Amino acid sequence: MSLAFSPRRALLALGAVLALGVAPVMAQTPPAPAVATTPDSLSRIIGEGRLRVGVRADYSPWGFRNPTGAFQGMEVEMARDVGRTLGVTVEFVPVVASNRMQFLAQGQIDLMIATMSDTAERRGTVGIVHPNYYSSGYNVLLPKSVTVREWEQLRGRQLCAIQGAWYNRPATERFGAEVTAFTGIAEVETALTQRRCLGWIYDDNLIAVMLADPSGRWRDWHMPLPSQSDTPWGLAVRLDDLNRPWGRFMSGMVAQWHRSGQLLDWEKAAGIAESAYLRRMHDALKDFLP
Amino acid sequence: MAEFFRELRTTTGLNFTIFYDPFDARRFGYAFLMTCKLSVLSVVLSLIIGVAGAFAQGARFAPLRWVVAGYIAFFRNTPPLVQMYFFFFALGAITPTVPDDIGMEVPMVSSFTWALVALSLFAGAFNVEIFRSGIEAVPRSTVEAAESLGYSRLGAYRAVVLPLAFRVCLPSLNNNLVNLVKTTTLAYAIGVPEMLYVANQIWSDSLNVTEMMNVLLLLYIGLVTLLVWIMHRWERALRMPGYGT
Repeated sequence: MSLAFSPRRALLALGAVLALGVAPVMAQTPPAPAVATTPDSLSRIIGEGRLRVGVRADYSPWGFRNPTGAFQGMEVEMARDVGRTLGVTVEFVPVVASNRMQFLAQGQIDLMIATMSDTAERRGTVGIVHPNYYSSGYNVLLPKSVTVREWEQLRGRQLCAIQGAWYNRPATERFGAEVTAFTGIAEVETALTQRRCLGWIYDDNLIAVMLADPSGRWRDWHMPLPSQSDTPWGLAVRLDDLNRPWGRFMSGMVAQWHRSGQLLDWEKAAGIAESAYLRRMHDALKDFLP
Repeated sequence: MAEFFRELRTTTGLNFTIFYDPFDARRFGYAFLMTCKLSVLSVVLSLIIGVAGAFAQGARFAPLRWVVAGYIAFFRNTPPLVQMYFFFFALGAITPTVPDDIGMEVPMVSSFTWALVALSLFAGAFNVEIFRSGIEAVPRSTVEAAESLGYSRLGAYRAVVLPLAFRVCLPSLNNNLVNLVKTTTLAYAIGVPEMLYVANQIWSDSLNVTEMMNVLLLLYIGLVTLLVWIMHRWERALRMPGYGT
């Protein structure tokens, strides 16, 4: 009978799977090297009178398009301030997480301010400017009726999350929370309202934005625990610009923003709750004279 | 073993975290058991639904027949993923809740239970039709012979019709059960930690999509091969000389 089980056929299927699946891994090639740039990007930008900046168009309130189509947000304000300081016009180029480093390395943009976390791996591809201008970690959105003080109190509790988020694992591994992850934000919100989980484990900045929502949608929710795994964000120039005038100039811009408290002001204007990182940096760098 | 896979990662870049990272190994192990549990329970429940539904289809009481027809129409004509969402998010919203130890209202029906219900009803609808095909293949004269020996309708169904029908419909039943085992992956959408769900989480953490895809494929080939082997053994054990092929 043709439906009969045959060990030989199973082996053939296994072979086909391995050949199809594993081969592409072995054939992976290293990323293409960055294109060479002109010796001094800073004088070129001033000479051309324009600065091309890669920003997010989909990440409200850091970088997004408002209903008229114009770029808006905290990072967009930062870019405009760079343009004002240099006396050049700013051109915005929308980038997403998966292409932002390539846009910069290939020379389509000269500066990237696009909600990028600063990691050792990324420092090998683009020139991440220091000091960092922002920082984010993960936290839990909880109903106001739940008044926990420590993460350990969440042990064994159900928390909702988005599938694939990097913090789902540490939340389980370090604090013993039971994470139920859904495919999208709408499913998580529905599960939350149906009480399928105690809270929502999510990016702490995004929780802060939700809590500040003027519609009052999250009025009965709060974020009582300290954020975890705080990872600074970095704006970036091309790797070979990092220790040349352009990179050093941008370092000075970020330091000045921290010193003057400008980043705190922009954050407030964007409707985000004050982040501990910006307060800490401002306190460290602010003018010691009264 | 853990050393070998760690070595494999450094030499070839093939990153099978589930073989050397205890955290990944544990959660993937649980996921495998979850897939097995979901498969076995939904296969058993769908078979019960199939047998009972096929019997009810032949009932003299018309409204019972209409209920079965409506059930088949609903579950056979809608995608299983939509059913899963429907049960979990739509019906889940109106099921009773119980307060837990800190006063939170928690739904009584878990996502696993909803997945099991959705999968069993989905495959059960097909099983009813599969059993019907077998029942209709049993000659009318055989049923009449049983009745003339004093069998009731249920008695004839249990002792004569079903055993014969079973042998006729086993090959198509095989097909449906194989499909059911593969459909358990849809439970990932409502957060049941079965193999696809956990593999997705692992490859998001370790960026080893290709490796985990291969592991998934091999495990599903293994599970389905095992099911087909069991069903084939059963088919052979039930073989009657001179009946069917």
